[in-house]
Amino acid sequence: MTSSILTPARARRRRIGAQWRAPLGIVGAVVALAWILVACTAPLWVPYDPVAQGLPRLQPPGPEAILGTDSVGRDVFSRLMAGAGVTIPLALLLVGCSVVLGTLVGAIAGYAGRWVDETLMRITDLVMAFPTVILAMVIAASLGPSLFNAVIAAIVVSWPQYARVSRSIVLSLRGQNYVIASRLLGYSPARSLWTDILPNVAGPILVLASLDIGTAILLLSGLSFLGLGAQPPTAEWGSMISGAMENFDAWWIGVFPGLAILTVVMAFNFIGDTLRDAFDPLARAQSIAANTGETA
Amino acid sequence: MSRDAVLSISELHISIGRPLVTGISLDLYPGRVTGLAGESGSGKTLTSMAVLGLLPRGARVTGSIRCGDTELVGADRRTLSAVRGRRVAMVFQDPSASLHPQLSVGVQLTDHVRRHLGLSRRAARQRAVELLERVQVPEPEAALARYPHQFSGGQRQRIAIAIALACDPEVLLADEPTTALDVTVQAGILQLLHQLAEERQLAVLLVTHDLGVMSAIADEVAVMRAGVIVERAPRAALFSAPQHPYTRQLLAALPGSRLEEEPDV
Amino acid sequence: MQKTAATRSPASPLAGFLLRRLGTSVLLLIGVTLVTFLLTNLVPGDPVTAALGEGPASDPATREAFIQAHGLDKPAPVQYVMYLGALLTGDLGRSLTTGQPVVADLAKAIPATIELAVAAIVLSLAVSLVLGTLAAYRRGMVTDQVLRVLTLIGLSVPTFWLALVAFYVFFLQLGVVPGSGRISPSITPPPTVTGLYTVDYLLNGDSVGFLDALAHLTLPVLVLSLFTIGLLTRFVRTSVLEVLDTDYVRAARAKGLGGWRVVSAYVLRGASLPILTVVGVAFGALLSGTVLVESVFSWPGLGSYSYNAARNLDLPGIMGVGLVVGVIYLVINLVVDLFYAILDPRVRLS
Repeated sequence: MTSSILTPARARRRRIGAQWRAPLGIVGAVVALAWILVACTAPLWVPYDPVAQGLPRLQPPGPEAILGTDSVGRDVFSRLMAGAGVTIPLALLLVGCSVVLGTLVGAIAGYAGRWVDETLMRITDLVMAFPTVILAMVIAASLGPSLFNAVIAAIVVSWPQYARVSRSIVLSLRGQNYVIASRLLGYSPARSLWTDILPNVAGPILVLASLDIGTAILLLSGLSFLGLGAQPPTAEWGSMISGAMENFDAWWIGVFPGLAILTVVMAFNFIGDTLRDAFDPLARAQSIAANTGETA
Repeated sequence: MSRDAVLSISELHISIGRPLVTGISLDLYPGRVTGLAGESGSGKTLTSMAVLGLLPRGARVTGSIRCGDTELVGADRRTLSAVRGRRVAMVFQDPSASLHPQLSVGVQLTDHVRRHLGLSRRAARQRAVELLERVQVPEPEAALARYPHQFSGGQRQRIAIAIALACDPEVLLADEPTTALDVTVQAGILQLLHQLAEERQLAVLLVTHDLGVMSAIADEVAVMRAGVIVERAPRAALFSAPQHPYTRQLLAALPGSRLEEEPDV
Repeated sequence: MQKTAATRSPASPLAGFLLRRLGTSVLLLIGVTLVTFLLTNLVPGDPVTAALGEGPASDPATREAFIQAHGLDKPAPVQYVMYLGALLTGDLGRSLTTGQPVVADLAKAIPATIELAVAAIVLSLAVSLVLGTLAAYRRGMVTDQVLRVLTLIGLSVPTFWLALVAFYVFFLQLGVVPGSGRISPSITPPPTVTGLYTVDYLLNGDSVGFLDALAHLTLPVLVLSLFTIGLLTRFVRTSVLEVLDTDYVRAARAKGLGGWRVVSAYVLRGASLPILTVVGVAFGALLSGTVLVESVFSWPGLGSYSYNAARNLDLPGIMGVGLVVGVIYLVINLVVDLFYAILDPRVRLS
């Protein structure tokens, strides 16, 4: 810190830093795309029916079942691949719904102000006061354990963060001249909200959403792990892991679905993190500064 | 390099991505205020930062900055931290940014004193009270327990000056010390700097874009533009007979300047 | 500013602040009970079947007795008002799952979870301060990039899976740490003072019990901390980067202070306020994690309790958990504000 001299070693280290930033996002995108491809096509090429129980039980990974079989004789590999088609689309759906719901609530609150804002934000605070898993668990249990209900529960706990962000952006834009001008020109509030304000909300919300896909996958598989999401015999990663608790020595039953979740979530987090760098002016300035050394 | 200069900058080059300071030489003498003037981006602040090795990472520095026998360009951490605050101190532009808002004045005024001079807590405190008295902060004893936000802007800068002088340095770098302050208190701060330079035989480097500030206290002024010193002269000479067109331009921009009325400039 | 505050409220500003805080707290808690009540009432689940199981629930007599005993025959609004009335006397009803008063259940579960969560947040904060500061100082260099990837991985690991892997490797295979419960079965629990076993054993001077309780904490705390460490490290890095660019840190360096002194007294103190806010948020996230971690390590805490209550549609149990969670949220906010006042003289002295 104290030396102002750029030694060759330092210059080299910094160059590595500069090169690393975008590739992280590219790695994320490649892995995510690969998983999405698996999600779309798995039924066409997996070796066994993911819910059929015809194989010998608790077989370790081998030539017949490359990732082994579970306690009722299902092929772990086929279930793993099929699981992508369960979790990933649902997570995307869940984030999509949360984004729409949250952004609208936030935008309305910020634009309407006064008691509407007050009421909506208190509700938002109320939901945010609960730890997500506990609230989602209660909702999922009340609705009855099913994957669909788990998604509903997850939407209920995920929208408030988008509401907060979109409200704060709308608040900061509401007083801007071009928004006021559009109102003075006689456009309706709904139109002004739609054409003048929402486009500005899109960037930050997109970044938030991309970072949230991973969280959504973790939440959904967590609920399924607790038995409140996917029900047997659905090939879902979280419930596959919970099935592994009965046979600890058959490590392959639980290890691979966990790695699947880990890699998918990581891929989306890498993408989200890279996007945030690209969008966030502060982080961007810092990364430029880190690359060129211009901070003064 | 002159013999009795306490700080000698010679052939200083700084580049951060591109060359920003190209070949500056400047000597600072005890008891004298040397002004470094120029618009923002001229490299004057970089020059003062380079003296203390405070340039951002990635800055490339060549040339020489000598404080007595110590070479500061390329100096290691240990050498630098022995010079910083002890032999060369610095006053920043905005005291509300350069004083830590969450640390009491007492702590900020004594921690480096105890490190550099090895004084006891009590002795450092005593010294701090005397310094605050000298820079005319009211109720120095009580001021030690207070926090920066409880003082006015002018008083904060006086505190910052006290902090800079706490270890009895030979050189004081003052980077736009009055720019962030109300016009009404600027004169007081400048006068204080001037007095301190004389009574402590401090070599002061006054960095500013404001030639009005220069005219108040600088003994000698160097005018910088785009990384080089374009003109250097004693104050009187510079203000009465500027040689370089850029200097004349700066002087013309000065409100109430004599040169303003001259049609030819 | 001080003048207007003084004229507006004649009492001390602190009292006014606390009163307002109390008001919102009561509102929040009522909201929490209402939400949980609505959730568990307006949905199709059948709590009788959920609590008794398919067999006994199909017997009309048993069914009727259960409904009578828990007041489930009354209309929902009446049930809610009755609940609120009982709440004022400190009665949270009887759990449909355990058959015990909910207050008694919670009194056992809360300290177990608090012990877990506080240990995890302390550990996470300590690790994150070091890693985050390191990453900020090495910004853009290899260390920073490696930490960036590692923290992203930490945020991507499914907690319940990690818990199982840790359970399998360190408990079942290696046997180096215990993997279930708060203490070994052979050891008697300490006399209850705080409810935190480690603390209570220490207060009792029981080193064997203390070490045993500590060993039982190890795996759940480590598993729980990973996510929080990822979260906090990234935030510490950002906050420290912002502070590193301030004049007061430059001034501290210009004074010739040592690197350690600059970091500890100037940089981290400057970054402490935003970090503190996020620690509060992270604590909430941590409580989420406890549900999954407690179920793997058979930790008899709030997470396990809320899981059982939710599975059995145990209304009093769920409402109790909801209330506790609301109170915890309020306490966290209060503690955060308190630390804010301690760390920021501008707040403390105005």
